[in-house]
Amino acid sequence: MKLTRRGMVAGALTAAASGSAVSLARRYGLVPPDHGGLFGVGETLTYAAQRVLLHRQPLAREFRRDQISTNFPAINTVLPQDIDYLRQMAGGFDEWKLDVGGLVERPSEFSLEELRRFPSRTQITEHVCEQGWSAIAEWTGVPLSLVLTAAGIRPEAKYVMFYSVDGWWDSLDMADAWHPQTLLAYGMNGEDLPVPHGAPVRLRVERQLGYKNLKYLSGFTVIDSVQGWGKGQGAEGAEHGYSWYAGI
Amino acid sequence: MNPRHSALVRVTHWVHTLGFFALLVSGAAILIAHPRLYWGETGAAGSPAWLELPLPLNMDQSGWGRSLHFLGAWVCVLNGAVYAASGLARRHFSGGMQQTYGVLQRLAYRGVVFVLFPSITVTGLAMSPAIGAAAPAIVGALGGHQSARTVHFFAANLLVLFLIGHVTMVVVSGFSDRMRAMIAGEHA
Repeated sequence: MKLTRRGMVAGALTAAASGSAVSLARRYGLVPPDHGGLFGVGETLTYAAQRVLLHRQPLAREFRRDQISTNFPAINTVLPQDIDYLRQMAGGFDEWKLDVGGLVERPSEFSLEELRRFPSRTQITEHVCEQGWSAIAEWTGVPLSLVLTAAGIRPEAKYVMFYSVDGWWDSLDMADAWHPQTLLAYGMNGEDLPVPHGAPVRLRVERQLGYKNLKYLSGFTVIDSVQGWGKGQGAEGAEHGYSWYAGI
Repeated sequence: MNPRHSALVRVTHWVHTLGFFALLVSGAAILIAHPRLYWGETGAAGSPAWLELPLPLNMDQSGWGRSLHFLGAWVCVLNGAVYAASGLARRHFSGGMQQTYGVLQRLAYRGVVFVLFPSITVTGLAMSPAIGAAAPAIVGALGGHQSARTVHFFAANLLVLFLIGHVTMVVVSGFSDRMRAMIAGEHA
């Protein structure tokens, strides 16, 4: 192929367009923390496309009660080997607390009882595992948005970083943090959340894959940057090769 | 004398080859994390499978597998859109192809471009929980999440079958001439 004037003009236009696309994407929060490297190109395209597509915050599909799966596998940690956790479990989680801190006016601790006193939401949704299986369950909990509001979230908040008893940490952007189906769930299929599924409280983030739904929560912190958490990719899973954004 | 492959056809052909192999390798990496297929909305280990694939189970390859799969998908979708748009604009599918290829070949190529590629894209999208929220009708039309996954698998297999046929035809009809035609755009 010869270098033609038309080709050069097209090339310059493409470069200028992609340059402004990058700065626009940054401005509108369309760049995920794990945007680096070759795979980062795909992660960024997927995240940006889905954030634009979901800007009206549609709900994940909900199902009928008779569609609830009788078989719902519990994977990864099914009983944290943590002495404090085991003691709390023996006491029916009466002494368990959720730490809430970071960019909030009122850093606080919530007991299970206090979380139950918030208005609750119950939803029957499909849990899609990155491995390929899926199962439907009913989840009951407090919408994360209510707890964020109660704690007085500050305007510079960009992510909510969750951490768990079994040492896992993962973050959501504000679109998913404010979404009405994003729950701190303490109930499953009409009963207390069972231990293999993350008792006493797990995260439900219904428009992302299963691994974003952290089990055994011990707290969350509101942040404006994921720097300082591991390698700055927004999630421990991202350091093991799993996309930070898992709406896929 | 046959018409030459245009530069656009040649470039999109090889970009697609690259994207397709990325999708094939990473698709296999994702599949072996759970090599069981189901029909309907749900399915998991402990429930009967519609089809158990005789593949080794390996749950450690799906992380990079997914990242590569989506990179490959973006390459193929964007590249495919350029190819299809220019092909329609230049009447590649109705004009140029008519003179060069037989009926069966034209059917196979059109089936791949207008049936298999769209099917594999839609079933792939339907498996995303976020797309399911934005466009629930897609998942419903396919009969559920697991049905979409199963159709995705079979569409991938048909594409591999087409690839085998395609490469066989290239070899049978003169490998080096065909390669020159698709790389340098020389007359085949």
